[in-house]
Formats: sequence, C-alpha cells, structure tokens
Amino acid sequence: MSQKKPEKLIDENEIRLDGRKLNEIRPTKIEVGILGNADGSAYIEQGKNKILAAVYGPKEVHPKHLALPDRAVLRCRYHMAPFSVEERKSPAPSRRELELSKVIRECLEPSIFTEYYPRTSIDLFIEVLQADGGTRCAGITVASVALADAGIPMRDLVSACAAGKVEGRLVLDLTDVEDKAGEADMPLAYMPNANAITLLQMDGMLTGEEFEQVVNLAIDGCKQVGQIQKEALRAKYVVAKEAEAEKEEAEEGEE
Amino acid sequence: MSSIMASRVRQKRIAQLISRGKRLDGRGLTDYRKVQVEVGLIERAEGSARVRLGKTEVLVGVKFEMGEPFPDTPNEGVLTVNAELVPLASPTFEPGPPDENSIELARVVDRGIRESKAIATDELCIEPGEKVFVVFVDVYVLNHDGNLIDASCLAALAALLNTKMFNYEVKEGEVKIKPGYKPLPIRNHPVAVTFAKFNDKLVVDPWLEEEQVMDARLTMTVEKDGKICAIQKGGYGYFTAEQVLEASKIARQKAEEQRKLVVKE
Amino acid sequence: MPVFYERRQLVTPGDLLAENDYVAGENTHKENGRIYATRVGLVNYADKGVYVVALKSFYVPMVGDTVIGKVVEVTLGGWVVDIRAPYLAMLRASDALERPFKPQKDDLPSLFDVGDMLIANIVAYDRTRDPLLTVLERGLGKITRGQIIEITPTKIPRVIGKQGSMISMLKQETGCQITIGQNGRILISGKSPEDERLAVMAIRKIEQEAHTSGLTDRVTEMLRKEKGEKEVIKNVTEETRKTN
Repeated sequence: MSQKKPEKLIDENEIRLDGRKLNEIRPTKIEVGILGNADGSAYIEQGKNKILAAVYGPKEVHPKHLALPDRAVLRCRYHMAPFSVEERKSPAPSRRELELSKVIRECLEPSIFTEYYPRTSIDLFIEVLQADGGTRCAGITVASVALADAGIPMRDLVSACAAGKVEGRLVLDLTDVEDKAGEADMPLAYMPNANAITLLQMDGMLTGEEFEQVVNLAIDGCKQVGQIQKEALRAKYVVAKEAEAEKEEAEEGEE
Repeated sequence: MSSIMASRVRQKRIAQLISRGKRLDGRGLTDYRKVQVEVGLIERAEGSARVRLGKTEVLVGVKFEMGEPFPDTPNEGVLTVNAELVPLASPTFEPGPPDENSIELARVVDRGIRESKAIATDELCIEPGEKVFVVFVDVYVLNHDGNLIDASCLAALAALLNTKMFNYEVKEGEVKIKPGYKPLPIRNHPVAVTFAKFNDKLVVDPWLEEEQVMDARLTMTVEKDGKICAIQKGGYGYFTAEQVLEASKIARQKAEEQRKLVVKE
Repeated sequence: MPVFYERRQLVTPGDLLAENDYVAGENTHKENGRIYATRVGLVNYADKGVYVVALKSFYVPMVGDTVIGKVVEVTLGGWVVDIRAPYLAMLRASDALERPFKPQKDDLPSLFDVGDMLIANIVAYDRTRDPLLTVLERGLGKITRGQIIEITPTKIPRVIGKQGSMISMLKQETGCQITIGQNGRILISGKSPEDERLAVMAIRKIEQEAHTSGLTDRVTEMLRKEKGEKEVIKNVTEETRKTN
C-alpha cells in the first residue's frame, strides 16, 4: 500500500500540493502539560505530524557513572511508533533514530542551564505518533516546550523548521513527499536571542547562493514557530478573570 | 596507560592561540594536516584505500554483493555505508555494537556519496526489479587523532575510485562472470570539510585536542561542481548564521584542494 | 525606560525583560547587559531589579529549610529520603538518634522504615554532594497522623503569607495543625477529617490563585462560608429530627 508519486508538487501559481505558498509553514498546534506523570510534557500537530514530548528531571542519574560532576546530563530518545509511517516500522531503534537522538540532544543542550544541577540527569523522550516529513524539527520544537513546562531553567526556547528546494523553488517546511521528491531538505534549529543555530543538517544539492537563501528562509520559519511555542505556554496559564484584574488595580502590596 | 584527554593548561593554550589566529601545531586556521593516500592495499576487497590525515588513519574497503533492489528504485543498485570505531584506534572506543558516534559517521559519509550521486547506481542493475549490485562501503577507523569525518569521506572516495567490478552477462536468469574487470562507474567526487568553532573563530580540520576544546563542529560536503550536498552540525555548542555562511564559502574552496589529492586528472 | 513588560505579565524563557541597569533576580539571566526570563512565570519589577515568579519549578535544597520527606531506602548507617528535589537526601543515624549509633543494638527500620514520612531540617548541601538531613530538633521526626498534600514549591511563600498572616489565619479558621515543608509538602493534622478537608480546600485555592491579591480575605471568606453552611445543614438536620 504505497503512495503514488504525484505528478507535480508545485503548480503554476506557486501553490503546493497541500495548498500552501512556498514560504508558509504547515498549520501548527501545540498543547502543554498533557501527560500526568512526566515533569513536563507537550504535544504538537504540524500538518499531519503528531508528536509527543515528555521530560523527567532533573533527577538522580542511573547508572551513577554517567553523572557529570559539574552539570546535568541531558539524555534524549527520539523514537517513531511502528504505526507512524506508511509502511510499518519495526519498534527497535533504527540507525536513523539513533543519529537523530544524538543531534537533537546536541541541539537542545545549549538552551538549558545544565550547570545549575550537577550530578543529575534530564531525560527527554520524543515519540513520533504520526510522521509526514520534518519530524526532527517538530520534535525539537515540542521538546523545547516540554522542557519549559517542566520548569527547567532555559536561556531561550529552541525553535526548529526545515527549508529546502522542491521543483526548482525554495520552500519552507517540507512534507514527506516534498522531501523525497525534492532537490534539497535542510532542517535547522534556532535560538533567537543568541542568533544561534544549534541544529543544521542538509541532504540534497544546493549552490552557494541557494544555500544562503535557504538558511535565511529556515530561520524565518523558526521565528514563526517560536511565536507559536510562546503562545502555547501562555495559553496553559491564562487564569485571571476580569474581576481579578479590577481588584488588582484597587489593592497593592499583598505578595 | 595514558589518557588522551589534554590537560587544562594545554586546553587553555589551544583556545588562546586560536583566538589570536594561530594553532598549536603551527597550521593556519584553514589549513589541513598532511594527507597520505594509498589505494588497493586489500586485494580481497573490490576496492580499498587508506587515508592518513595527520595521525588520524582510516581504512575503507568496498565489497560487492548481489541483492534485491528497493521497491521504489527497482532499476538501481544499492549503497550501504557502515563505520566502525575499532577499539584499537583509541582508548575511548569500546568493543560492541555501533554507538551513536559510529552511526553518525557512517550516515554522514553515506549522505555525501548518495546525495552527490557519486556512484552511477543506474548502471548497477542486473535484472530490473529483481537483481542489482549492492555496494558495501565499510569505514574502518584505525587511529583517532581528530576529524574522522573528513578522513573517512576522503578514504571512501579513494576506495570507490579504486573499485573494480567483474564483467558479467545474464543468461537464462543466471549471472555468468566473464573475464576482465571494469571500474565502478563514478560520476561525482564529494569531499567533506569539517570546521570547529572556538567562540568567533572557525578552524578547519580540528585534531583531537582541538576537538576537546571546541564549542561545536560543522561539516559541509561539497561535490565536484561546487554545490553543497550534505551538512552536519555536531557537538553541544552553536554557530551563528554568519558563521554558517562563511563556512560554506571556505568549504567550497578547501574541498577543491582536497579533491585533487584523490582524483587524478 | 528599558523594561519591556508590565508587572504580573506572563513571560516565557528567553523573553527580554529589561536592559542595562537592572539587577537580574530569581528566574532571570543577564547576558550582555540584557535580562531574560529563564522560566515561564509572572514578571515583576522592584527596586531596580527584575524577577520572575515561576509558575512551575522544583524544589532546590537550601541549608536551614524544613522539609517533609519520604524514606525510600534503609542503608547501613542511615536512610535515603525523597524530598521531591533533583537530589535524594541522606539522614545519617547520628542525626536521628540522641545517643551514639550502635549498629549491633540499634535497628534502623524500627526507627524509620521505607515508606515513613518525616519532618526534617537540611543541615548541609553543596554542589558536590546530596543534601544531609537531621531530625534532632524540636518539631522534627516521624509523621504519625494527619494528611500530607503536595503543591508547587513556588507557592509555599503564599501559603505562609506576609509575616505568616495566611498560615495563622488558616490554623485559626480550621483549627488544624499545619506544618509547611519548603519542598512543597504540607502536613495537615486536625481534630476531625472535616477540619482537615477545609484546610486542604483552602490551600488548593491559594495554589490556584497565588498570583492574585486580596487572597487572604477571600480564603477567610470561603472558609467561613463553608463552615457556616455546615452549621446550617447541621441545624436543619437537627430540626427535621426534632419535628419527626
């Protein structure tokens, strides 16, 4: 039961198969704190991607010899559910999942104040429930929100988005079919305050000029994703009613 | 039994020098270490090459097998890249199944070859949809003194250029080997260039001690026409957008230089 | 004026709160003269300083704090205690017994066993080792009655109130003994389960509305209303019984 490769991915009006413009990201929704046991959690739906992230920690490291004397150790597991892709995937971790677990860990660590909690571990789990291209970026995005939900102090949120080249045009946030049939796919993760790129990978072919444009396009996508992350975190805590706001105006000082 | 970890004093020295534009071994910031390439040293393999990049040493062997093609590419041969961080190469390498470092190394080497379409896989079809050649590229790290990625990619390229496949014909669904050999059809020459970041400085071809001090690393694989075909950022730090663009310019230039060491015109 | 938010606005990690002369307070971080939030919470500016009241954070041990912990392991020389922190705490036998510890005579599990809850003080803690507890002071020791509830540690100051105003009111209105653990655990021990339930209700309300003002009065009001209703119900049942 495999998908037929579509004839064209982008039409004459520069509209993509799913109706998006070239520089549009997929509709994205993030929910925060949806798992009861985890210290922090979040869920993202981005187009057809459905990804869950959970954080446990900081807590004691097991096994003990993995502990670092001067900071927390971040452990990350990126994993795809067997039913998440077109052809059932074996539950055993694949080489791709191991590589992604590593690069995602290296991407999120710069954002965390690990030096505040020596000899502990922060365990991060990313489960892809349904995949449609760009799962490592969506995974990083939702993981960063889960870390914030866990109350782990961070320098900045990390936002991720892929950009690339499809049928000669430079596009943002590629779906699976666009990635497979396109000329280049470049996932990128970004921390805006430090202008820091913490994840950068690419496969495909890009000239030097195209590369520069694609980097800027991806960073722009990351900034859009960042707004969505912040809104999601705020939405969880919007409590104040209008009556409360009025009372606050009148009274002062009770902290 | 010595530890390969550089002392703190030495690490500080390395970082200080780099901030002033110099390196401990006297190289310029964008200079590669001396490269030695030897090909065809393993006769049992269809192709082989050994690259010494400074003291880093990588051996790549190429083997052929016949197998089934992937369903979405029924007329194309298959490429498989594997890497082993052989325990004798470093006190930090443990025996056992491939860990995340050897998997990352294999996948980065693979990406460079695959995305640049270096191997003409369409010429490796024996029977469309049924039988194709499977090319196994095995990267064997023999000594780790930093920058395994560039050394492995260079050795893989040299090994592929050295690879010979036997002549054959298909008679009644059976593959019959004929006398003589022909070179594996190679259409592109991807070369990886790895940078290490030290604050605001970028350094090409970090050796082991520099790798212990660096903020992060960035590898760009460039194909023969100067296009970038693979990128991999590694390590816990980050690069600014400006640094990434600067690296892409330097990478294209260095790749051309390095390519000449392996590809004889 | 280089501040970017109004007080009590919700901020998220990485939000730029202030620039230059401000002092970086709790849950903020200063870099290149700019102060950023490090946690999700409500920002506040005070005295040329800026800080964030985190909406969720975990307890980080501090020497001198009173904590409520759960024994998770009995070792050769003491106990390992879970204090809801990134680190497990240790209670040595010498910090639990008035006299010197004799391994042959003293049976540690009979003092505190796995699963026991206790009130303890933190006597030592630094970056290189786990926090050390003692139960040798007044008011410390094994918990034998009452119920324990858990709240986010950041809300504890609110439960105490300015100069203890909130907690005194709670004790008075509910008639319960309330012991506060800085690690987000509160022990409530009342004369009846009803009284304890009132105290729990009040504390949950405080946790929900910690960021608002006029809270002490509202909680008092709520408690009195609850108690009043109980009285009414009691009287009505009395009346109906009398008439029947």
